Amino acid sequence: MNDILIAALVISGVGLVLGILLAIVSHFFAVPDDTTFVTIRECLPGINCGACGYKGCDDYAHALAEEEGVKPNLCIPGAQTVADQIGGILGVEAEPFEDVVAFVACNGHCDATHDQNRYDGVKTCHAAAQVHGGPGACNYGCLGYGDCAAACPAGAICIKDGIAHVDTSRCLGCGLCAKVCAKGIIYMVPQDTQVVVMCSSKAKGADARKACQNACIGCKKCEKNCPHEAIHVANNLAFVMYSKCTGCGQCVENCPTGCLKKVFFPDLPEGTDPKSLLEE
Amino acid sequence: MDMKNFAFILFSAILANNYVLKQFLGICPFLGVSKKLDQATGMSIAVTAVILLATAVTWPIQHLILNPLNMGYMQNVSFILVIASLVQMLEMLLKKFSPSLHKGLGVYLPLITTNCAVLGVTTINIEKEYTYLESLVNALGAGLGFLLAMVLFSGLRSRIDECNIPKPFRGLPVTLIAASFVSLAFIGFGGVVESIFT
Repeated sequence: MNDILIAALVISGVGLVLGILLAIVSHFFAVPDDTTFVTIRECLPGINCGACGYKGCDDYAHALAEEEGVKPNLCIPGAQTVADQIGGILGVEAEPFEDVVAFVACNGHCDATHDQNRYDGVKTCHAAAQVHGGPGACNYGCLGYGDCAAACPAGAICIKDGIAHVDTSRCLGCGLCAKVCAKGIIYMVPQDTQVVVMCSSKAKGADARKACQNACIGCKKCEKNCPHEAIHVANNLAFVMYSKCTGCGQCVENCPTGCLKKVFFPDLPEGTDPKSLLEE
Repeated sequence: MDMKNFAFILFSAILANNYVLKQFLGICPFLGVSKKLDQATGMSIAVTAVILLATAVTWPIQHLILNPLNMGYMQNVSFILVIASLVQMLEMLLKKFSPSLHKGLGVYLPLITTNCAVLGVTTINIEKEYTYLESLVNALGAGLGFLLAMVLFSGLRSRIDECNIPKPFRGLPVTLIAASFVSLAFIGFGGVVESIFT
């Protein structure tokens, strides 16, 4: 018993001496943190998603505080509010912030498409995509192993009927899913997008249709019917110019395969703290 | 206890028994921070300073506190305590006097705490029953050996970066292969130091 007591006392004594020493050193050699850095860092949501292109909120705050010409509107989860706050601190006008959400450009669910090969490997999209581009009949579509769902910090993505779905009311817009998608079919689109093309297939019409009922066959009906020239077909695939689209719905009505969809992406509920969405 | 003995300990720690390349202690910073020469030198000097200071503090702790109380078993705990506080202190000093080096070393600076070269040298000093002066010389040798290994290896890595390496070997694989060759080269020093100084 005595031995334990002595050992504990000695070690805590050593610790105490060293602690006092450290306190003295830190008192005399302390470098105060840059006040701009501290105030900026307090504005940022602190979820370290990396959507701004920096290693984390600390890194972005440092860049803002110390370097010239770093844009204050890069924090996507923080959106306009944070951009304005940072602009206010730095004394610059924050450019208008464009809210974006993730969008999976594929509607090849289990009923619409089928598997061409059997794949028994590691159950990640990254691994599956390396074997002949994945087991599905369509070489462009969602593989459905959920790399994006695993990458999402807010748990906004789920795999349903073999394809990924984004719950835009939880989507922070950080773009991590778009980065990990093995097929590159997750796009960050403006929040106010009204019409989307739910397909990424660049295969020729007949081949695309054979592989998936919901594929875009590049028939150009939408292009001809659009009164605003907002939709075009290239590489056998329609794409919408979101800035010109008014959401009139002409293209959706005329689409023979139903790959064009009218959508409404709900925003994060007003006043939500992005941090509250993070999964434990 | 003459000069010859000190020289033997010093040079065997630098060359023949190099702590990184022969005893495989402190591999983490050896691979992690050896990309650029200036950072490698900065890191090595920081590690040398920590090893020297740690030895200077831990030797008396072992011989004046732990041994008389028969508490040799608390060696690792107390040594880590000392090393951790020394690294913390070094970090504060670096932040104050050399912010660029502090930024460059980044996460590797706090990692010196768990650098096994530091703990290894301090415990080996006790194990081999070196006197206080011998321990300090051994610590200096270990630090200089670390510096030598880091500088050599960072030079090698900058050469490797310019080479056209087959794709599967790019990055870490070729770095590890290069490390093994540097380690192999240091085997050549085995026996040389002993035959000169004894």
